[in-house]
Amino acid sequence: MIVFERASKRYANGREALTNVSFNIHNGEMVFLTGRSGAGKSTVLKLIALLERPTRGTVLVNGRNTQTLKRRHIAAFRRRIGVVFQDHKLLADRPVYDNVALPLAVAGTPLKEIDKRVRAALDQVGLLGRERSLPLELSVGEQQRVGIARAVVSKPPLLIADEPTGNLDPDLSLEVMRLFRRFQDVGVTVVIATHDHHLVREFGQRVIVLENGQVHGDAGDALPSVVARR
Amino acid sequence: MSVGVASGRHLQALLGSLGRLARSPLASFLTLLVIALALALPMSLRLFVTNAQAATGNFANAIDVSVYLKTDVPLAKARQLAQAAQERRDVAAVALIPADKGLEDFRAYSGFGDALQALKDNPLPHVLHVRPRAEAASAAALDSLRAYFAAWPEVDSVQVDSDWVMRFNAILEVLRRLLLIAAALLGIGVVAVIGNTVRLEILARRAEIEVTKLVGGSNAFVRRPFLYAGVLYGLGGALLAWGIVALAIALLGEPVATLARLYGSRYVLYGPSPQDIGILLGAGALLGWLGAWISAARHLRSIEPRA
Repeated sequence: MIVFERASKRYANGREALTNVSFNIHNGEMVFLTGRSGAGKSTVLKLIALLERPTRGTVLVNGRNTQTLKRRHIAAFRRRIGVVFQDHKLLADRPVYDNVALPLAVAGTPLKEIDKRVRAALDQVGLLGRERSLPLELSVGEQQRVGIARAVVSKPPLLIADEPTGNLDPDLSLEVMRLFRRFQDVGVTVVIATHDHHLVREFGQRVIVLENGQVHGDAGDALPSVVARR
Repeated sequence: MSVGVASGRHLQALLGSLGRLARSPLASFLTLLVIALALALPMSLRLFVTNAQAATGNFANAIDVSVYLKTDVPLAKARQLAQAAQERRDVAAVALIPADKGLEDFRAYSGFGDALQALKDNPLPHVLHVRPRAEAASAAALDSLRAYFAAWPEVDSVQVDSDWVMRFNAILEVLRRLLLIAAALLGIGVVAVIGNTVRLEILARRAEIEVTKLVGGSNAFVRRPFLYAGVLYGLGGALLAWGIVALAIALLGEPVATLARLYGSRYVLYGPSPQDIGILLGAGALLGWLGAWISAARHLRSIEPRA
């Protein structure tokens, strides 16, 4: 599903955010990406979503090499990835319904189908009935769930999330994480960048630890305590 | 993707663009007005040329080709020639002025009456006054008419007073050229105005474009509403230009009719023909699309999602 092979990323300002990062994430896995801020978590996610291309090395996602993918194929590539952001990136002037429907609209889904799927996605995150609300009328936790609904509405095989619980209190965070877990249960590959060690411990999933742009530890399901010791 | 889904997406984009225009009516109207004025100017110039051309058709009544026959041509032969001339398709009327009548008129109007009494013979030839048809009033047509008469063995000389026709046609040619230059310059202006309006809209909707690209919106998808906006601006401006021109024609109609009446003409001002309107609306839409396309190509590429 996702293969990083000695991938490095140097930004235009000269900062090397990732150095020789290698790991594999298999279909249906749920993986936490942890590390201090600036350790390279966001860069890993950007490379996966093809918001950036690696400077060196290889990044394969859904069987596609992001280094060589042509510009005109990027849109189709991104349609197979659901992305959740810490600041959820909702369109403030559009109701919840439109926000969630956007990935389907860009894919040319028929309106009837869009209607069905948007309702299903909102139901999954517990926001059915809030279709007409504007994002700012919702609480922070609800906004984050709208962002998740948008990420999963087109049923992508891969879901990535950048600090999805960064602005949430522990209870809400747990709730959001359980939501991600439910998507993993139905076969979606989930990659979550977070610095919330407590949550990571709680879920006992595979953890990839980044430090200074390098993989510092990669612990499978059997060794959830790697992070706990840090 | 089926045709139905594709056209549905286009309809969606079109309605979205229309909705955004309606959301800021004053700004949209001002933009439309600028476009309308830029389109109305060449349109008015075109109508001016068309009307001037139509009006010369009426002036053609004033053109006379005088065919002087040789003095030894008998009156009966002159009548035959007049008959023959009448049968030409580019000739509206032929008046034969026999030599006697010519002398009589000359005596009556020239003031040399007494001196002319001294003449033994009538020195004047028979003359044919030929009036060409309106559509044969161009310089070239008059030239061919002159050549036709000059080739007759009975004809001494042919006089055409066509200088003013040539001058007038030359003026029309200048105006026509001016029209082309004005249309080209103002067309570029329309492209620039629409391009800039679309640019501002793209920048204002930057966040939306970023998110749309992030969830997999293709460049074509992102560009579509802006192209529609451009076409709507161009088309709306053209419609407004049509209104402005129609208003101008309505305001000018009466004074022009009065002027024509004073010259004994029943000339009425021509409005834009269906073809003119078609060109106006087509040009508006095309220029709008072009402006939007250039702007979208330049600015959409630079907006990429950041995480």
